[in-house]
Amino acid sequence: MSKPEENKPETLVEITIDDEKIAVNEGSTILDACKQANIDTPTLCWAENLTPVNVCRVCVVEVEGSRTLVPSCSRPIEEGMVVSTKSDRVNTSRRMVLELLASSVEMDRADEEILEWMGSYGSKPERMGATNEIKTSSQPVKIQDDLYVRDYERCILCYKCVEACGDDAQHTFAIATAGRGFDSHISTEFDVDLPESACVYCGNCIGVCPTGALVFKTEHDMREDNSWDPDNQQVTQTICGFCGVGCNLELHTQDEKIVKVTSPSDHSVTDGHLCIKGRFGWQHAHPKN
Amino acid sequence: MPDIKFGKSLPTDTEKEAVDTAIASHGPVTIEVTERLVYAGQQRTQERRHLLLPALHALQHASGWISPGGLNYVCRVLEVPPAEAYGVATFYHLFASQPPSSDQVLHVCNDIACSLNGADELLTSLIKEGHETRPSPCLGQCERGPAVFIQKIASEDTVLFNADLPKISELQNENSEKISIELPQAGSPQLRLLTRIGIVDPESLEDYKSQGGYEALEKALEMGAEQIIEEVSTSGLRGRGGAAFPTGVKWKAVAEQEGVPHHLVCNADESEPGTFKDRVLMENDPFALVESMTIAGIAIGAEKGWFYIRGEYPTARRRLAKAIDKAKDYGLLGDNILDSGRNFDIEIRSGAGAYICGEETALFNSIEGFRGEPRNKPPFPTTNGLFDEPTVVNNVETLANIPRIVSNGGKAFANEGTDQSSGTRLFCLSGRVTSPGLYEFEFGATIGEILDAAGGFSGSGNMKAILLGGAAGNFVTPESINLPLTFEDTHEAGVALGSGVIMVFSDKDEITKTVHRIAEFFRDESCGQCVPCRIGTVRQEELLLRISDNNSVEAERNLFDDLAAVMSDASICGLGHTASSAVRSALDLGLLENKS
Repeated sequence: MSKPEENKPETLVEITIDDEKIAVNEGSTILDACKQANIDTPTLCWAENLTPVNVCRVCVVEVEGSRTLVPSCSRPIEEGMVVSTKSDRVNTSRRMVLELLASSVEMDRADEEILEWMGSYGSKPERMGATNEIKTSSQPVKIQDDLYVRDYERCILCYKCVEACGDDAQHTFAIATAGRGFDSHISTEFDVDLPESACVYCGNCIGVCPTGALVFKTEHDMREDNSWDPDNQQVTQTICGFCGVGCNLELHTQDEKIVKVTSPSDHSVTDGHLCIKGRFGWQHAHPKN
Repeated sequence: MPDIKFGKSLPTDTEKEAVDTAIASHGPVTIEVTERLVYAGQQRTQERRHLLLPALHALQHASGWISPGGLNYVCRVLEVPPAEAYGVATFYHLFASQPPSSDQVLHVCNDIACSLNGADELLTSLIKEGHETRPSPCLGQCERGPAVFIQKIASEDTVLFNADLPKISELQNENSEKISIELPQAGSPQLRLLTRIGIVDPESLEDYKSQGGYEALEKALEMGAEQIIEEVSTSGLRGRGGAAFPTGVKWKAVAEQEGVPHHLVCNADESEPGTFKDRVLMENDPFALVESMTIAGIAIGAEKGWFYIRGEYPTARRRLAKAIDKAKDYGLLGDNILDSGRNFDIEIRSGAGAYICGEETALFNSIEGFRGEPRNKPPFPTTNGLFDEPTVVNNVETLANIPRIVSNGGKAFANEGTDQSSGTRLFCLSGRVTSPGLYEFEFGATIGEILDAAGGFSGSGNMKAILLGGAAGNFVTPESINLPLTFEDTHEAGVALGSGVIMVFSDKDEITKTVHRIAEFFRDESCGQCVPCRIGTVRQEELLLRISDNNSVEAERNLFDDLAAVMSDASICGLGHTASSAVRSALDLGLLENKS
């Protein structure tokens, strides 16, 4: 992830987005510029606390002079760039990316905004054929311990978990993409169970997963018995007491019980990432009988 | 580098020895912590990551698969996290992640050209006879199919062409390397790149020199970098790998980068179905490529050249390796070339069965020891290429033109061909033609003229269609026979010259099957990184099968157009951009209509 150097005078670059001229800080991406111009841009593999990998292609925009569409999340702006975010080409590709994903992956537990984009771009995944007649990511859920559940039929291969496990946060490298093409999947070496792998259970992969493929075991179990109820959950901000670093915690509670723990991705100490203690060290609050 | 947790499995002695040998030429096999600190820890690890691919080859060769123990050992030695190494190993078709059931695997090409020559029947009989087989994408033997690539534990890889059951059962007795090439145009005065093919002894430097070899290098050393680039720019040479980018522009861009090492990569990952031109050059005139690369290296200021050759070309790899060794013995390669004070060395890297690694940035990742997933561009290789340093990537055929440009001058080269397509072009003819094989023509020759040179259409029935440019190209009908195959004419006609594939189909052939195979090829070869290509290629194949079952071309057209749009507009690389082009041309020309 890149952070602006402090005290550096900022140079402005002028570009045109959707026929409006706008001055943007040098070094920004097209996505940054879109945000500045209040243009809603769908993103799946992008996150503010991770390096852009530009693999989902849902944020593509049209740039004058470019033969193909370009990913706004990673393309830096250049002086005089002319960007279009609402052309037919852009809309078609965004609709199709969402349509293709939803035709192969269970999206019902995806972030709310993803479901909204599917609606606003008019995605109709059923056009691809009946789910029993086409290839999908359908597979059994992986439950190998009391902390994580990995439900890879919800995985859109956005690489966020791999990045959070690797260079962008935890530097543990317990998981990576394996296989190729449609058979690509997130895996430990030889698909060994998570407890045998290098995993340190920091839960940072869960923190960045946008589709509910990686969840707390608590959340998974509650969803299974239909007691998961986000509307009835409170979020309490606190600071982790296990050591002196001062990580911000957001305790998500339902019926006065902690059901998951997150950290704000814009928090200066954590960048949204925690360790096993902050993420899972709350279980003593609800001792089992 | 972080603390890495390794698995507990142990390698066999054979695996350990194989890996040690593969890595030994690049410094100590295991680096003790103290030593590592001396070598500046993290950087040292990064410098060794590129040995992952050779180490995986060594494991596969030693025990027929990438075993947990073997992988674990490689990871310890190179300090690579096991999950990442597993991700790299499972990316390639030629690495098995399950123990083998026999000591050899037959990779039987059932791609578009070989299947016209009975490959499917061959595959069926081999399975019946109990061989361990895998259907393979194009093996680049299209003029002499069917072809079988044989991986045998602890033996050299081999390729059989014109393969049949008896040949396969006695394959140990036959040394396909001894078979000399029969060039259809042998002796023709219009040959340029192919003059020595079939005539020169590919293993003799003396023979190569007696036929004009290495005169260009001597001249190039006198000319110096700037003038070489000047001549290449004047020649108008454009890349022969498919993208047709002006070579001089690329070279100049890299030569101008100051303060960082430059790299030259020869892209010999020829895997486009129907293409075998680079193989013929590498197998039969390897010194020419070593000389070409040396000149290019001097021109762009690179001291290191990488020859990335697909794993399925074992003969070419062995001959190139010998040529590199001999050139070094004669002071034509290595330090202080011909006492010029210039250094240039070439390292061969083998691919392991991945079409996508022919995409230049995927190729970089493959050499560097990562999954062969293309990078987003920009930045371009001329500034951020191999190891993030300025890099020129040229196709084999492109480089093969260099000695002639240096010897005769760029102007003489530009005088051949047309204004925008200078020089000659290699064409890979296969399918229903009388004499399939590799042909060379001055740019400007039409499809018809080229077909005539190959003895014209052969086989029963009538000519139905021609596939131009390979699986990433387009079908045309015999009505296009007067189209000159230049960059400008093909561009204007909306078809691809690509890698020079001309594959001819009869109306007795099942073109539907060919189109399905093309869709299957892209589905298999997509790296899986970006959504449009990973899922789009699967949906495209499903759509074609539905069309076959229901004769529903019209009903599916809308969905096809959307799939084609997202793949060609929003994919990361050229594979996705072109994955629908042949299928689209087949739909447009009505080749998939069920007449009955």
